Amino acid sequence: MAAASISVTESSLVLYALRRADDALILGHRLSEWCGHAPMMEEDMALANMGLDLIGQARELYSYAAKVEDNGNDEDRYAYLRDVRQYRNLLLVEQPNGDFARTIVRQFFYSAFADAYWRAMMGSEDATLAAIAAKSEKESAYHIRHSSEWVIRLGDGTPESHRRAQDAVDDLWAFTGELFHTDDSDAGLIADRLVIDPESLRAGWTDTVTGILRTATLACPGKSWMQKGGRSGNHSEHLGHLLSELQSLQRSFPGATW
Amino acid sequence: MVVADTNDSALRARAWAAAAEVVDPEIPVLTIADLGVLRDVSIVDGQVEVAITPTYSGCPAMNMIALEIELALTREGIRNSRVKTVLSPAWTTDWMSDDGRRKLKDYGVAPPQSGGGRRALFGEQQVACPQCGSSETEVLSEFGSTSCKALWRCTACREPFDYFKCH
Repeated sequence: MAAASISVTESSLVLYALRRADDALILGHRLSEWCGHAPMMEEDMALANMGLDLIGQARELYSYAAKVEDNGNDEDRYAYLRDVRQYRNLLLVEQPNGDFARTIVRQFFYSAFADAYWRAMMGSEDATLAAIAAKSEKESAYHIRHSSEWVIRLGDGTPESHRRAQDAVDDLWAFTGELFHTDDSDAGLIADRLVIDPESLRAGWTDTVTGILRTATLACPGKSWMQKGGRSGNHSEHLGHLLSELQSLQRSFPGATW
Repeated sequence: MVVADTNDSALRARAWAAAAEVVDPEIPVLTIADLGVLRDVSIVDGQVEVAITPTYSGCPAMNMIALEIELALTREGIRNSRVKTVLSPAWTTDWMSDDGRRKLKDYGVAPPQSGGGRRALFGEQQVACPQCGSSETEVLSEFGSTSCKALWRCTACREPFDYFKCH
C-alpha cells in the first residue's frame, strides 16, 4: 500500500521556508548521486560533503516550516510525502547532473547566489531564519570557492573541458533568472524584514559570475529569455524521476524506520 | 525554595560534568566540552535539559552525541533528561578550548587557525603539519573525511593530514 501525499497549508512564511528547503534538499540529493562516481576520490568526498551540508540546511528549514504550519507535518513528511507539484524548488537545482562540468556549473550558479543570500539573511528579523542563515553562510562560502576553482580549471583547461564547461554554462543559463524570483507571497515578508529581497543581490551575483567566467575564458551568455515555474510547482520532467527514487521507501513502506 | 534551588544547582553541576565527558564519535580525543558543542545545561521543572549545537548543518554525529549524552546522564542516575539542538549563536572554531586544540594536534589533526581569509575567494592559508611542525604544507581537498575537516599534505615530511576547518 502506497502512502498518500500530505496536504500543506502554505502561509507566506511556510511557503518561503519550503521553497528554500526544497532548493537545498533537491540539490543535496543531486550531489549525493555522485557518491562513488566522481572523477577522483577528493571530488567524491567534496560533492558528498556539500550534499550533506545542503541536506542539513533543508532539515532545519523543513523543521521550521513544520513549526510555523503547526499541522502535524514534520521534516520527513515534507520530504517524502509531497508530490512533484507540491515541490517549490528552483528549476536549476533539479537539472540532471550530466557530466562533471554540468554539475559544477550548476553548483557555481547556485552557490554564487546562496552565499550572498544567506549572508544577507543573517540580518533577518526572524530569529530562527537568521540562525539558519548564519550556519548556511559559513558552509556556502566553501561551496562557492570549490565550484569557482573548478569552473576556472575546466574552462581554462583542455579544449575538451572548455567545450563541456561552455555547453553547461549555455544550457543552464536560462535557469538563473529564477534565483531572483519573488511573488505576492514574499512581499509581506520582505516588508516586515523577515526575508530579504533577492533582487538586491542581482548586481553582486552578476559580478561574481561574470568575473569567474572571464577568468575561466568562458563566454557569459548575457541577456536571454529566462525559464521559471519551480517556485509555483511547475517543474521540468526531471524532478518526478528524482522524487520517485528519493521517496520510494516511504511511499512503499509508510513510516518505515531503522 | 532555597532548598530546591540548591538541589537544582547540584543537579545541574552533576549533569554538566557527565555530559562534558561525552566524546565526539568522529574525533574521539575531543569531548563535546572541548569542541564547544556542549552549550548549556539547565533544569526546567526538575528535568535536565542539555543544549548542543552542530558544527555543520548536516553533521551526522549530532544524533550519536545526543544519544551518548542521555546514556551518560543515565549512568549518573539522571533519568529525566532531554537533549535539544540550538543553532544560535552559530558555532565557530573559536569556541574550541585551548586544551582541545592541543589534544587535536597530538591526535594528528591540525587545529583550526583563528581568523583570516575564509571569506576571500582564493584565500591563502598557512597550516602547520601536526606531525613535523613544518609550514611547508598544501591543501589536497577542502573537503575531508568528515564535514568539519579538510585534507592537507606536508611537503617536508610527505605525510598527509587532516585539518580541522576554520569556520
